[in-house]
Amino acid sequence: MSTTGRVIVITSGKGGVGKTTTTANLGVALAAMGEKVAVMDADIGLRNLDLALGLENRIVYDIVDVVEGRAKLRQALIKDKRNQNLSLLPAAQTRDKSAVTTRQMQQLVADLQEEGFTFILIDCPAGIEQGFKNATAGATEAIVVTNPEMASVRDSDRIIGLLEAQELCNPMLIVNRIRMRMVKNQEMLSVEDVQEVLGSSVKLIGVVPDDEVIITSTNHGEPAVMSDTSMAGKAYRNIARRLRGEEVPFLDLDEKSGFLEKMLRRFSGKSR
Amino acid sequence: MPLNTLIDRLFGRGEKSAKHVAKDRLRFVLMHDRADIPAPMMEEMRREILLVLSKYVEIDEAALDLSLERSDNAVAVVANIPIRRVLESRNAPPTL
Repeated sequence: MSTTGRVIVITSGKGGVGKTTTTANLGVALAAMGEKVAVMDADIGLRNLDLALGLENRIVYDIVDVVEGRAKLRQALIKDKRNQNLSLLPAAQTRDKSAVTTRQMQQLVADLQEEGFTFILIDCPAGIEQGFKNATAGATEAIVVTNPEMASVRDSDRIIGLLEAQELCNPMLIVNRIRMRMVKNQEMLSVEDVQEVLGSSVKLIGVVPDDEVIITSTNHGEPAVMSDTSMAGKAYRNIARRLRGEEVPFLDLDEKSGFLEKMLRRFSGKSR
Repeated sequence: MPLNTLIDRLFGRGEKSAKHVAKDRLRFVLMHDRADIPAPMMEEMRREILLVLSKYVEIDEAALDLSLERSDNAVAVVANIPIRRVLESRNAPPTL
């Protein structure tokens, strides 16, 4: 069988913009759509993807154990009991980024493809150093996650340049944590602003609103896509569908703002 | 948006919105980032510009200032070159 799965690295340059959350949510969403998904935590030394997925208690072996021959790839892969289509390859927590070489990373990706995964999502560490180079080395597609905020957009621009140098041209763009009310009031960069500034080499694949559900769902170890009511979850489901080649219209921003406002008003009226 | 801000904006007397400030600053910083002229190249450029100008005018080298600046929609090399005197042997334009 030579069905090669798609290998997508999720990157951003700047830390804290939602790479891990995005990887977890897209992984769960794609698995729910019947894809065989492996999510790989390439942030060696700062393991987090396991927490986002609620799989932290099940880790026996990690990526470094596989690379150094202490465990087989299949032993290290953790199958999500909620959806058998989803597997996690966890990062090592006690090692650093030099524990895995670029070539070993490429081999790992090839081995995962051999296992028959149709989607391999790589959660890239922040920064532009070795960890970034490793995480992107085995990928054939890239998603850049950015927040509508100056430092994040600037770093994304840099990352897009570095991705192109690695022949990962025309990366997909996710604008994460947008606050529609602030955009409406001209207080925050809009999706169009971000696109305009970054240029036409990136193609927008999704817009995710800033949603408190992301925090509560991460606290529970249940990515927001598992919730039917979360707007962020809905946005991530739409991105997963677009990744599979479906034409999905972007969520109506005004409608989204109205909904968010209504919810915010309701909650603040009750709890504050 | 507070009402007074809204009224200010309607009458065009409000300050530029945070979004516009961010976008302008971002555009500028990205032009700089993308232009990415390394320091040695800037130095070489400065040296050669000096060389050419020295054929016509005497320059205050210490006060020469060469930098990358924003000019509308592009990055511009902006030079401030104080001239001590025009060399007599040449017919240099006085406005240089």
